Amino acid sequence: MSLVLEAAILGILTGGVYALMASGLTLIFGVMRIINVGHGALVILGAYLSFALFRSLHIDPFLTLVITMPAMFALGVVLQVVLIRPLKTDREALSVLVTYAMALGIEGVLGYVFTANYVELRGWYETASFAIFGFHITYVYVFGFLLCLAILGALFLVLYRTAFGGAVRATMLNRTAAQLIGVDVDRVSALAFGIGVATAAAGGVVFGITNAFNPGSHYDLISRLLTIIVLGGLGSLRGAILAALLMLVIEDITAVVISPVWASFAFFVILVGVLIVRPQGLYGVRVRERI
Amino acid sequence: MRKPVSVIAAGFALILSACGTSGSTGTSPQASTPITIGVSVSLSGDFSGDGKALVQGYDLWAKDVNAKGGLLGHPVTMKYVDDASSTSQVVTNYQNLITQDKVALVFGPFSSLLTIPASVVTDRYNYAFPEPAGGGPKVFEKGLHSIFFVQPAAVEDNLVSYTKWLLSLPSGQRPKTAAYATQDDPFTQPQVDKAKGLLEAGGVTTASYKVYPAETTDFSPLALQVVHANADVVILGTQEPDAVAFVKAFQQQHYNPKSLIETTGPDQGKDFADKVGAANTEGIMVPAGWTPAAKAYGNDTFVNEFVAKYGGAPGDISADAAEAYSVGQVVDQASKKANSIDNKALITALHSGTYNTVQGPMSFDSVGRPQGGVGVYIEQWQGGSAVFVYPTTVATKKPEYPKPNWP
Repeated sequence: MSLVLEAAILGILTGGVYALMASGLTLIFGVMRIINVGHGALVILGAYLSFALFRSLHIDPFLTLVITMPAMFALGVVLQVVLIRPLKTDREALSVLVTYAMALGIEGVLGYVFTANYVELRGWYETASFAIFGFHITYVYVFGFLLCLAILGALFLVLYRTAFGGAVRATMLNRTAAQLIGVDVDRVSALAFGIGVATAAAGGVVFGITNAFNPGSHYDLISRLLTIIVLGGLGSLRGAILAALLMLVIEDITAVVISPVWASFAFFVILVGVLIVRPQGLYGVRVRERI
Repeated sequence: MRKPVSVIAAGFALILSACGTSGSTGTSPQASTPITIGVSVSLSGDFSGDGKALVQGYDLWAKDVNAKGGLLGHPVTMKYVDDASSTSQVVTNYQNLITQDKVALVFGPFSSLLTIPASVVTDRYNYAFPEPAGGGPKVFEKGLHSIFFVQPAAVEDNLVSYTKWLLSLPSGQRPKTAAYATQDDPFTQPQVDKAKGLLEAGGVTTASYKVYPAETTDFSPLALQVVHANADVVILGTQEPDAVAFVKAFQQQHYNPKSLIETTGPDQGKDFADKVGAANTEGIMVPAGWTPAAKAYGNDTFVNEFVAKYGGAPGDISADAAEAYSVGQVVDQASKKANSIDNKALITALHSGTYNTVQGPMSFDSVGRPQGGVGVYIEQWQGGSAVFVYPTTVATKKPEYPKPNWP
């Protein structure tokens, strides 16, 4: 199989992981109009929780999600109530500061508990692979991609097939109007934040199996996640998924065809190009407001 | 008015991605006055594993020197500040250590990347700057007289022994092709470039050569390229995270080169074995200037004390710790020679004579390049631990060649 095709497949498989991580971030923005720059730290926290269970109880990293996702959901709800809900004015700008402080706090606690050494989640599937036309696809990428599909599918079902999902979408469309028709936006916001943080835990597991990580790994992660949701259109789940796949495919192909040095740059060129033509991103909605 | 949210988000993304990268001389105090030695170490970020090992080495030396009555009679306290593996923070740290904390002496941080900017600051204040881990050519290009790289050889020569060994193989076994990939780091790239030049001159064709940014986190596409090159030997300029990632990627793709060497990573003992799996380490090579079994000056004591203080086995000791300990040994001997701990006197003393360390004897030229002549050896993982395999004068086992296939 040609190198470019292999790089594209690799990009799609790893792109799925980023799609999962970015979906929570864009959902949180869509519902609350806040930029959660602590999302990367929450992904790393999720990875460390799985690591702790894996190390102490020898639970398979994927199975740890049964414990970590509900725990992270609860943490998300608490964080929203304690840190985000009190922000009544200038939410967008203040949320950046508050969530950045949260990220630093998480990094500090993780550094204290786990030290700054790099760790990795281990499983039989991390190096086992199967061949397709001579290209070996590693099981962990396939499992990770399937997990992403399952969780993103569940997220779509919740959003488009349940009353709660209707309330979430109404809040995303117009927070004030949603309140007027009886939606408890505070409750919706807390639950949406919880869901976003729970998806971060799921993303953290796959990230932790495919990458060595330490408490400081969130800086690189959040910068990539923010560019993904900006390209996809802030608040758009579909946009986040498409942008994540695009980012990883473009980077991986550029890395093998030209040079790894140009991989991120190539993505940013496309990001700027898209934003010039569509300032609202691929799936973003253009909103006009009276000033 | 509507806030430009995209702009805030994109701006933050840029700022955060940038985060991910990266006078007066201390006068000699009266004898028996306690002194503080300041070090900027990476306790977070890319070099955090190495930073921790440096602290272990420095602390052990401070304990030893204090047990002997101190550095020329001065009880020593070490002061560490975290630079988060950042080239800007390391500058701030040394500036503060010298001007605010007024430390008597400074020791070096981890990596050439951090040593280069730090050395400019310490030189400005006329401090001697003995350092354990900054040996890239760019460290010496500044021509500073106050810096001293305490390792047996300049970093760019680290893979020379390896190339000599490959080219000494019988013609039927000698590799015909080599693939190279290296971080664009002043520590790794010069080693790989020099090895590439020597092997090409020896008739080994370059099948692939890639340089990647030090900030890279996804190594899969890079590994894919190396696999596609299908070269006989693979030479990688790595730190530990990418060293582990490449090994895993080669396993995933069932790629078995005849020889695989990585500049850093496999020298991290048990930590490396834990990350790649002990069975997967077999046959992997790394250049190394120090081993727990070496009969160098004070090495037995160092190893025994290290295991007593930090636990584990001798094979678990990071070479970084031995290098940091050596810095202390060199300064201890220089202070006795100069009969002073004044920085100016130490600089003068260090430019002449030979100093004994756990890595072997060494001296320094006018810009601090080591003149030990000991050279850097090749270690190879065999049966679950790393052993010296070349040159034969220090080898405890024969090299395994070709490297066994992945289990």
